[in-house]
Amino acid sequence: MIKVRNMTVAYSGQPIFTNLSIAFEPGKITGIIGPNGAGKSTMIKGILGLIHKQSGDVTLHSKPVAKQLKNVAYVEQRAALDLTFPINVFDTVLTGTYPNLGLFKIPSEKDKSAARQALADVNLSEFSQRQIGELSGGQLQRVFVARAIVQEADVIILDEPFVGIDMKSEAEIMSILKRWQMAGKTIIVVHHDLNKVTKYFDDLVIINRGIVAAGKTADVFTKENITTAFSGDLSTILFSDKEPEHA
Amino acid sequence: MRSIGLFIDGLMQYNFLQTALITSILVGIMSGIIGSFIILRGMSLMGDAISHAVLPGVAVAYMLGINILLGASLFGILAALLIGLVTLKSKLKNDTAIGIVFSAFFALGFILISLAESATNLHHILFGNVLAVSDNDLITTAIVLAIVLIFVVVFYKELLITSFDNTFAQAYGLKTQLMHYALMLVLTLVTVTALQTVGIILIVAMLITPAATAYLLTNRLSHMMIVAAIFSVVSSVIGLYMSYTFNWASGPAIVLTAAVFFSLAFLFSPKQGIIFKKKIN
Ligand SMILES: Nc1ncnc2c1ncn2[C@@H]1O[C@H](COP(=O)(O)OP(=O)(O)OP(=O)(O)O)[C@@H](O)[C@H]1O
Ligand SMILES: [Mg+2]
Repeated sequence: MIKVRNMTVAYSGQPIFTNLSIAFEPGKITGIIGPNGAGKSTMIKGILGLIHKQSGDVTLHSKPVAKQLKNVAYVEQRAALDLTFPINVFDTVLTGTYPNLGLFKIPSEKDKSAARQALADVNLSEFSQRQIGELSGGQLQRVFVARAIVQEADVIILDEPFVGIDMKSEAEIMSILKRWQMAGKTIIVVHHDLNKVTKYFDDLVIINRGIVAAGKTADVFTKENITTAFSGDLSTILFSDKEPEHA
Repeated sequence: MRSIGLFIDGLMQYNFLQTALITSILVGIMSGIIGSFIILRGMSLMGDAISHAVLPGVAVAYMLGINILLGASLFGILAALLIGLVTLKSKLKNDTAIGIVFSAFFALGFILISLAESATNLHHILFGNVLAVSDNDLITTAIVLAIVLIFVVVFYKELLITSFDNTFAQAYGLKTQLMHYALMLVLTLVTVTALQTVGIILIVAMLITPAATAYLLTNRLSHMMIVAAIFSVVSSVIGLYMSYTFNWASGPAIVLTAAVFFSLAFLFSPKQGIIFKKKIN
């Protein structure tokens, strides 16, 4: 379980959220939704210690997460990596094994077959030898998912993993997430397509510069909460049917 | 081609020429390898800055009679830290911070060297004089090469991932800042040794030109480092030959040779050469 307690993050003095507390449970896929600029990515970066926190602590299995970061796989919203770097798709996926390799160690045959399997899982086997800069946006996104697969972490955090991905690949990635869920991993997914929320997520966190609501998706994904976090117009469209599931 | 024969005769006869050749080769290998990381990390300007910033260290080392590597490393790392500090604590962009720090260090070094003029030769420090390398310098160079090779072998994964995807490295808990400063320290050592062959002003060319040439011709980091080292060594040896034959300063001779190789790769590289691209279009 990941526990965030009293986390405050500010950019140049302007707080994005103050004293935010939340827990993410293992064996669940938790969705995070909220309008643009709500602080979703900021919250995740705060959890991972990628940005400075004014206050708060984050624990995984009751110990500070900062000491177990290799046990957390993270796929950024917009990867800031160097697409002109001399590296191919396979070797990029293989870097997912680095967190668990010590100094001096290079990826073993077992690591390599894990990377091959992960590429097959995201349907990119044929692109294995392609330069990383020669992929489409959606293919690239799948490479990062493959890299998260080989990291074999207990916690997987994906920030908008489905942006620019076709429906078939999205379904395949979802089935990988389900597999992880079965294995008892903690999965956190920032998502923007509200139509899929009830289908994809066990738990849901709605954010707008702080937590608007959190809990089981069925309890949290309500007209009131969406109105608070987004707008009345949007919730009117989303909840025009009686059942939110069919929205 | 008589001059090549003379060069080879010279090599057989003169100890100083042998020392120069070996030094050129060792410096070529290390600058090609470290240069690959410098250009992949978009730090060409930083490479230039560090190489200029060691000048006061060189001067102080001469004055106090301490090891030149020690003096230079001190100032090289100091400059890297100051650049980091100014970038972090002000709104200025990194390149501005680099410009301010390295020019100040260079200016200080210039004045200090002038004060110590009797002991040394500014012109040689600035432009290199590989023909005057002593056996002691050669040993130092060999030690630095060993350090570079060990560093790159031990930290290959870490160097790769911090150059390629720094956020990923940070997210899994790698000490990316430490990696940066370790690389800066090694860069400083390379700078001090390369100072003998090409001189302070042109070290940046040794770091980036062969690496850039290799970048155009390869698509794996390990291959790029090897090819960069080869171009760097070949340029150094050809440059040394020209320096010996025509009595040119070794630095400019080596750097021009490296630039010729780059131009050829730029024009004809099968992957990215502009001639080849034209044909396809
Ligand atoms: N590095 C930064 N410096 C200053 N402000 C920032 C920075 N990054 C984000 N912000 C601001 O913080 C707020 C929250 O940003 P964040 O990226 O967390 O939003 P988000 O919920 O992920 O939005 P999106 O749906 O667009 O991804 C925004 O108003 C943004 O402008
Ligand atoms: Mg975001």
